[in-house]
Amino acid sequence: MPYSRKYMRRLFFAAAILLAARSAAAQDRIRIATGLGETKQRVAVADFAPRADSAKSHSALFTQVVRDDLQYSGILEVPSPSFYPTQVTSVPAELKYSVWTDPPTNAHYVAFGNLTETPAEVAIEAWLYDVRTPTTQAVVGKVYRGAPNDGQVRRFAHQFADEIINKLSGGLPSIASTQIVFVRQMGPQWKELWEMDYDGANQRQLTSLKTISLTPRWSPDASRIAFTCFAPINGVVSAQICMYSLDTGKPVSFARFRGTNATPTWSPDGTQIIFSSSMTGAAELYVSDVNGGRPKRLTFSNGGNVSPVWNPKTGQSIAFVSDRGGYPQLYLMNSDGTSTTKLDLPDMGYVIDPAWSPNGQLLAFSWRRPSGNYDIYIMDAGSSQPPVEITRDQGRNERPSWAPDGRHIVFESTRTGTRQIWTMLADGSQPHELTASGHNESPNWSPK
Amino acid sequence: MNSASRSFYRAGLLAAFAAAVFTFGCAKKPPAPAPPPPAPAPAPARPTVTLQASPSTINKGDSATLSWNSTDATQLSITPDVGSVTAQGSTKVTPSDSTTYTITATGPGGNASASASVTVAAPPPPQEAPPPDLTKIFLAEVRDAYFDFNKSDIRPDAREALSKTADLLKNYPQIKVTIEGHCDERGSTEYNLALGDRRANATKQYLVSLGISADRITTVSYGKEKPFCMESNEACWQQNRRGHFVKAN
Repeated sequence: MPYSRKYMRRLFFAAAILLAARSAAAQDRIRIATGLGETKQRVAVADFAPRADSAKSHSALFTQVVRDDLQYSGILEVPSPSFYPTQVTSVPAELKYSVWTDPPTNAHYVAFGNLTETPAEVAIEAWLYDVRTPTTQAVVGKVYRGAPNDGQVRRFAHQFADEIINKLSGGLPSIASTQIVFVRQMGPQWKELWEMDYDGANQRQLTSLKTISLTPRWSPDASRIAFTCFAPINGVVSAQICMYSLDTGKPVSFARFRGTNATPTWSPDGTQIIFSSSMTGAAELYVSDVNGGRPKRLTFSNGGNVSPVWNPKTGQSIAFVSDRGGYPQLYLMNSDGTSTTKLDLPDMGYVIDPAWSPNGQLLAFSWRRPSGNYDIYIMDAGSSQPPVEITRDQGRNERPSWAPDGRHIVFESTRTGTRQIWTMLADGSQPHELTASGHNESPNWSPK
Repeated sequence: MNSASRSFYRAGLLAAFAAAVFTFGCAKKPPAPAPPPPAPAPAPARPTVTLQASPSTINKGDSATLSWNSTDATQLSITPDVGSVTAQGSTKVTPSDSTTYTITATGPGGNASASASVTVAAPPPPQEAPPPDLTKIFLAEVRDAYFDFNKSDIRPDAREALSKTADLLKNYPQIKVTIEGHCDERGSTEYNLALGDRRANATKQYLVSLGISADRITTVSYGKEKPFCMESNEACWQQNRRGHFVKAN
């Protein structure tokens, strides 16, 4: 991912400069721009043309989802549709290059197409053309056929957006077809795992354990979710590691241990689980097989070790939370438990929720500084640069999780007065609220 | 016809038959001047006797009345306990256990006997005190341990509370408990699970140091997932930072 690494380096460089410049006025809001030095490609998305009245609503849905996906990618810009030419562009023969490249649209690319719909099938023809260099060659040309329902039309729109983003970013993984697992409060002392599309659509319940389920984490192949559960066995209740299969829609067994067992995460190759357990007295980190077999203790600090995350790129380093110094702070250790070091932050506070970026370079985390609320920060784990704050003065912001593109973060925030799931770009821009009612928490972005 | 009178009747028939044979055989002998045969003396009647107990079932300590009637008896005796009695009458008996009384009548014609039983009902179980309502006692006497922010040390007020809880558990050794570790909302879900675990264990260890068997105590951490109080202020947070006792049996 040469593009994203370069981008991230720039992002960090810019952040460091801004931080240095503002260090005398730490109260000032720190903002970093997206895509510094990059000119964003402008992609106009023409209204997809319904071939019959019956296709009208799905045409509008497809068009809107593609626009949202491209805009939200953070690397493209979608000119406002109110500037678009009025004539219909439904097939390449109808494409008039200049009306798109002229002001005010100033498009570099145009996406367009049409929908045909019968009671049995929707067929979508979709193209992307570079309108600056007229050519008969489409950048993307696809036909999608499937069941004529909203869910399928949404999936096709995400797939088309994925194609465009992938092509125009030089291979950046697109996230429009990814999923987010989260925890929804169903009642007093009742929390279940839910899943939704990355844009908040299609929310659906996964587990029905009727107890408290917490901290879901996708396996690297996105086929399973490990989580913390309170399902009682023989009348005895304790926190245990549970596992859910997306393939079968059913729980998968995992060994039970004494004490409190929590915060499972996966090794990058998906063959091991690392989790916190007080099976020998205090909360230490253990690594085991994916069924809980052969648990091996990694930490020996007399407790307070939770939230381990395995560097997804190197597989060599584990970040975790420990209160061995008094308050919860971030630590790094080798994946065999050796060479533990504390991540030094400028002032004391309460530091939790570490999350590795997909390229294994950046750590996102939540930090409650002595004079503030929880906010999300990003830092380069391999450098001494201070962390960059990407949320501020908007309630309590916690539990960041990276999208596979390394550019988006999902997190929970109380900024609307209730705890909800939000996404944003990794510089804090473009916040999107994905859930709006009740109490939702602990999001985790699918790795693909 | 009872058995005594039936055998008396048979005896009479036999006597009459014997007399008839004798008379007939006699007729085969050479005639002799015979004195008129004496009328055969009637055989003495066999005695008859009846015995009744009323009521036939009594509670321990109560009395029953034995009543009897007899004919042709010269001696009557009731066993056990009563002894000789007159030809007819009644007496009170107060057996401590179920007893079968037998009356024996003796007369010139032989013996007869009759029996009657008095059943002594098992005494009703003594009126037991109702079992103590352990749940009520537990809820009235148990005391939770409260903690400082981010701490699992047993504070002086928690020591006092736990010694009361230990007294309760010593007084009612049948009670088993679960200690739930709870935290306020300020920490993270994940870290609070570990902190709640430590609070529950610290509470357990203190009780064990006061002599309560560890076998009677299980622990569970709920972190901040089961708050007692939902507001965001210190009074409420303090309510939620605790080792909470739940009766487990």
